[in-house]
Amino acid sequence: MSAVDAPLGLRSVAPIQSKLRRGLRRYSLPVIGALIIIAWIVVAIIAPLLSPYLPSTVDVTARLRPPSSTHWLGTDVLGRDVFTRLIYGTRISLTTGMVVVLVGAFIGTLVGGIAAYARGRVEEVIMRATDLVLCFPPIILAMAIAAALGIGTTNTIIAMLVVWWPKFARLARSLVLVQRSQEYVEAAVVIGLSPARILLRHIIPNSIGPLIILVTLDVGNAIITFAGLSFLGLGVIPPTPEWGSMVSEGRELIEQWWVAAFPGFAILTIVLGFNFLGDGIRDWLDPRSRRR
Amino acid sequence: MPQYILSRLVLLFVMALLATLVIFLLANMVPGDPVLAQLGDLAASNKEFVAEWRAKWGLDLPLWQRYLIFLQQLSHGDLGISIASQRPVLQDVRDFAPATLELASVSFALSLIVGIPLGIMAAVRRDSWIDHLARLISLIGVSSPTFWLAFILLAVFYGGLQIAPGPGRIDSIGLPPPSVTGLYLLDSALAGDWATFRDAAAHLVLPSIVLAAATLGLITRTTRASMLECMQQDYVRVARAKGLRSRRIVIGHILPNALIPIVTLGGLAYANLLTGAVLTETIFSWPGLGRYTFRSAVSLDFPAIMGITLIVAVVYLIINLVIDVSYALLDPRVVR
Repeated sequence: MSAVDAPLGLRSVAPIQSKLRRGLRRYSLPVIGALIIIAWIVVAIIAPLLSPYLPSTVDVTARLRPPSSTHWLGTDVLGRDVFTRLIYGTRISLTTGMVVVLVGAFIGTLVGGIAAYARGRVEEVIMRATDLVLCFPPIILAMAIAAALGIGTTNTIIAMLVVWWPKFARLARSLVLVQRSQEYVEAAVVIGLSPARILLRHIIPNSIGPLIILVTLDVGNAIITFAGLSFLGLGVIPPTPEWGSMVSEGRELIEQWWVAAFPGFAILTIVLGFNFLGDGIRDWLDPRSRRR
Repeated sequence: MPQYILSRLVLLFVMALLATLVIFLLANMVPGDPVLAQLGDLAASNKEFVAEWRAKWGLDLPLWQRYLIFLQQLSHGDLGISIASQRPVLQDVRDFAPATLELASVSFALSLIVGIPLGIMAAVRRDSWIDHLARLISLIGVSSPTFWLAFILLAVFYGGLQIAPGPGRIDSIGLPPPSVTGLYLLDSALAGDWATFRDAAAHLVLPSIVLAAATLGLITRTTRASMLECMQQDYVRVARAKGLRSRRIVIGHILPNALIPIVTLGGLAYANLLTGAVLTETIFSWPGLGRYTFRSAVSLDFPAIMGITLIVAVVYLIINLVIDVSYALLDPRVVR
C-alpha cells in the first residue's frame, strides 16, 4: 500500500526513500530462500565430489567421533561419516518432497478442475470424496497406509500422495469456478473447443498463480512429513542415508549430539528456504497482500 | 440457528459413517498381512494355528460381512478388541487419551497466549523490528521438524543444563495422582498433592513447547494478516475520526472483527495438536494416543487402527462443526 492512498490509516505517511529500503527488505527473504534451495540442489548433485567417504562405509574403529578435521560433522554409531551421509541425504529429501507435491498437485488440480468445470452431481461426488479424505488427520492416515504397504521409499510416497491431493483439489476447484464465468471461456465454448481442451489449455493456465504458491510453500511441508515418517521408521530402508532416519539413529545420544543435531538442522534450513521463497512468491503474485 | 446446527449434525453423522467405510476398506485392501505382523514367522508357518487365529479374529469371513459386523458392534459403542493389547479398543483409548488431551491443551493455550498478542503487535507496528521478529519466529516455528526440536531441547535443558526433567509424564520414582479425569494437573490439584502437580507441570514444559512451535507460527501469521485486513476498513477511519485512542480502536474495534479467521484456524490447529502429537509423544515417551496409534499402525492391529481413526475423524468433524457454529455466532450473516 502506498501511504498516499490512505492518509487516514493507522500508519503515518512514509518518506519516499524508505520505499526503496522496504522494497529491498521485501525481496531479501525470497532471494535468501531461493539461494538456500539452489545451494542444497548443488550439494545433492555434486555430493560425491564433496566427501572422500561413501555414505555406507562402516568404520567401527571410528565410532561416535566428535566433529574434527577428518570428520567435519563427526561419525555415528557405526563409524559412518555424518557429513557424507548428510549431503547424500539431500538427494532423497529433495526428490521425495518435490515428487509428492508435484504429483499431488497434478492429481488434485485435475480432480478439482473437473469438478468445477462439470458442476452438478459430478462436482458434488468429487468434492464430498475430497472432504472425506480431509477429515482424517494426514499424519495418522499416511502412517497407517505406509505401515500397511510395507517400509520403503516408494510406498511412503504413495501413502503421502493419498493424503496430499485433496488440498490442491479444493484450491483448484475454487480457482476454476472463478475463471469459468469469464468471457474467454464463453468464447472458447462458442468456437467449439472440447471441454478437456478448454480446461487444460485455457482455464488451468489462467489460474496457475495461487497453485504455484501452494506448491512452493508445500515442498517444505512434504520434506518435513517424509522426514517425520522416516524418523518413525516408516520411510527409507536402512542404511539409506536420509535426514529423518539419521535424527532417529541419534535420538538417544544426547552426549554425542552431532549425530542427530546436524541432519535435523539441514531439514530446518531447506524447509526455511522453501517457506521464504513461497512467502515471497505469495507477496509477488497476490496484489492484495502486496499492498500491505 | 437450531436448524442450522441440526443440519450440520446430520451431515456429520453421514460423514462419520462414510469414514468408517473408508477406514474399513483401507485396512482390508492393503497388502500387509496382520498374521505375519502379529504372530511372527515361526507361528505363521503353522497352517492350522494360522487358520484358527484367523477364525478367532473374524479374518476368514468375506469383506462385506466383516464390515456389517463392525457396524453392528459400533452401534453398541463397541470398537472391537485390539489384537496387540487383547483389550477393548475403547478402553485403550480411554487410558491413552487424557495424556494427549493434557499435552495438546497446554500447548494450544501456550500458542494462543503468545501468538495472538505477537500477531497484534506485528500488525499494529508493521515493518518495525517486532514485525520482523514475529515473522522470523513464525517461519522458524513452522519450518522446524518437531522431532529435531525435541531432541535439541532435551539435549540442552535435560542433558546439558539439567534444569528440565526427562521424558515421561512424571518422575519415574513418583506415583501418578489418584485418577479422576486422567489429566495429571487436574487430578493432583483435586487431591491437593502440590508436589505431584509441580512435577507434572515441569514434565509438560518441553513437550508443550515443541508441540506448540508450528501452531504458534500459524496463529501469529493469521492474526497479523487478519488484523491488517480489518485495519483497512471504513469503520476504523470513522473511529479514528471520532478521536478514539489507538488502543481502544485496536482492542475494541479491529480485534473482534479480526477474530473470525483466527477462530477457524485455531480450531483446526487444536484438532491437529490432538492428532499430530505422534512424533512429540514418541520422543518424550508420552503415554498418549499418538504413540498408541503408531504402535497399532506398525503392528497392523486393524481393530485398534480402525477404532482410533474413527474416533479421530469424529473429533475432527465435531471440531469443524464447533468452528462453523462459532462462525455463525461471530458473524450472523453466515447462517442466511
